[in-house]
Amino acid sequence: MITAERKPIEDLINSVSSYRRILLLGCNECVTVCSAGGRKEVALLSSALQMHFMKEGHPFEIKEITLERQCDPEYVEELVPYIDQADAVLSMACGCGVQEVARRFKEKMVLPAVNTKFMGASERQGVWAERCAGCGDCVLGSTGGVCPIARCSKQLLNGPCGGSGKGKCEVDSDIDCAWQLIWDRLKALGMTEKYEENIPAKDWRTGRGAGPRKIVREDLAS
Amino acid sequence: MEEFQPVIVAFCCHYCAYTAADMAGSKRLHYPANVKIIRVPCTGKVSALHMMEALRKGADGVYVAGCLEGDCHFRTGNTRATKRVAYVKKLLDEIGIGGERVEMYAMSAGMGEVFARTASEFTEKIRRLGPNPARVGRDNPGCATAACS
Amino acid sequence: MKTESTLEKILVSGQLAVTSECGPPRGALPEKVKEKAEMLRGCVDAVNVTDNQTAMVRMSSLSACILIKQMGLNPLLQMVTRDRNRLAMQSEILGAYSHGIDNMLCLSGDHPRFGDHPAAAAVHDIDSVQAVDMVRQMRDEGLFQGGQKIDGPPKMFIGAAANPFADPFELRVARLAKKVKAGVDFIQTQCIYNVDKFEKWMEGVRDRGLDEKVYILAGITPMKSAGMAKYMKNKVPGMDVPDEVVKRIAGVAKENQAEEGMKMCLETIERLRNVKGVAGFHIMAIEWEHKVREIVERAGLLPRPVF
Repeated sequence: MITAERKPIEDLINSVSSYRRILLLGCNECVTVCSAGGRKEVALLSSALQMHFMKEGHPFEIKEITLERQCDPEYVEELVPYIDQADAVLSMACGCGVQEVARRFKEKMVLPAVNTKFMGASERQGVWAERCAGCGDCVLGSTGGVCPIARCSKQLLNGPCGGSGKGKCEVDSDIDCAWQLIWDRLKALGMTEKYEENIPAKDWRTGRGAGPRKIVREDLAS
Repeated sequence: MEEFQPVIVAFCCHYCAYTAADMAGSKRLHYPANVKIIRVPCTGKVSALHMMEALRKGADGVYVAGCLEGDCHFRTGNTRATKRVAYVKKLLDEIGIGGERVEMYAMSAGMGEVFARTASEFTEKIRRLGPNPARVGRDNPGCATAACS
Repeated sequence: MKTESTLEKILVSGQLAVTSECGPPRGALPEKVKEKAEMLRGCVDAVNVTDNQTAMVRMSSLSACILIKQMGLNPLLQMVTRDRNRLAMQSEILGAYSHGIDNMLCLSGDHPRFGDHPAAAAVHDIDSVQAVDMVRQMRDEGLFQGGQKIDGPPKMFIGAAANPFADPFELRVARLAKKVKAGVDFIQTQCIYNVDKFEKWMEGVRDRGLDEKVYILAGITPMKSAGMAKYMKNKVPGMDVPDEVVKRIAGVAKENQAEEGMKMCLETIERLRNVKGVAGFHIMAIEWEHKVREIVERAGLLPRPVF
């Protein structure tokens, strides 16, 4: 999923303080799963902002709506009846959702309430970790199912570097050395000979290298 | 000036604090009438939003009273509640309401005295802190909190 | 011979090679480069010039190499993949070779987290193994990494690093094999304090016949003091300093610790020169460059061969 984290409250207060009526938008997809911007987080942020502005004696109204998906035009369309009643939108969706709302409602200020972080997986309750860098040309088949691009601090395709110690990365002892994980997996798979196949320099055009990307499925595209 | 009577909301676990409140009652122990008890099946059921909304809707202080460490009927409900209270404290500090308006307490079903004492102490603490600034602001729109309190 | 490099000539001749390093200054003062390099004249075969080491901004390796070359010494260009993409690396290699610099070392580089610009983006367009492959292709096939022909290919003698002490140990020979496969000519190792472990690694290197394919220069760093030994042991990632080493240097009076460190480093050289597959020494006397001559001399490695 795409993971995100709520921006500091102070930043959010500053970003909405010049408005009186806010449409606070959640999204029922990734940000719900990573507890950053689903219905619950919308309600909590709404409560916090209202209390803050009550304390300031600043009239402040919040309308809370959580869309099924904020990155899909069909769902964003559901905002039409509400958009005019708001001075600005504060979106708790990932950057994709914020942009979709901004694209649809060109004359409405749309502010991000979360920092979109990475594509990751849940390690345990309340902990998410980066897993995929979206390079557009998956190498997991040759690296034992562990991505060196997303998970090695130096994105080494032929690691590990000399800073790997006791399974951890030199950058931070909280980070697992991706190449230790790769090696362990290759051993478990009985594929250690795979390690010595040099992975050639990557063609980054499939990633961000060739500018913003698009997927077109001719069979589906309208 | 009349003494400020804070509104306190106490989320009490059915298996411990709520029973302790009962016991305090049957023992005729005195505790302030300011404390409005809400019985919950487990403090693990109390979300951050419950605490926040209680404050937003006019409470001056909120506390959660659950089982002693390791004694949760549902194993970890009380430790989860403890973490949520810590989270709400931080959030309240950030929005300028003050984290000291929420608290987590632990007690067993037999601790009627502890229940009564906790209720009194927390009420006193909130009385000293004064009214919830959000409520003050709401009732006096357009003026800064400090000047009005 | 693959190149005109003096270092290659010495290694091919079978004599023990000696290299050392010169860290460029944190400023635009050429004298600082010259002072450091001058101390190494006549006692080493090539002078490694570090590339923003520890991710701190310094004078560029290439420009310091040029200054050293102009002094009549033999510089070795270090290049990290952290700071440049493949375009910048190749253009720099062309530039270096046009100035007669014909040795280089391909590294991934310390992470920016450790340096003075922790907010910088690390490039890592390619890694050190791919960098070796790129330089080899430029030299042997006369082609840029992108496949186009080079008009006047740079003939670099290609080095890389190896750290026998990092984890997982069982991978360390295999990682060297990958660099050999990519076309590396020589290796400079991490500083060796755990000689037993290094010998074990060399055994693995020989078992695979890698010592026949690559020249291995053993990394040597003299300890100045017990404080330095402790620091290296506890604070420097990828460093293996056994307790005995710290104990030994801490066991002598403070004023004698430098000499004890010197003795220890000479003993290490003495032991390693007899290890099959060790082709020379890379002496990294960190901020102690003036001691390199003494080390080389006392180790009986003077005079240096002339080609």
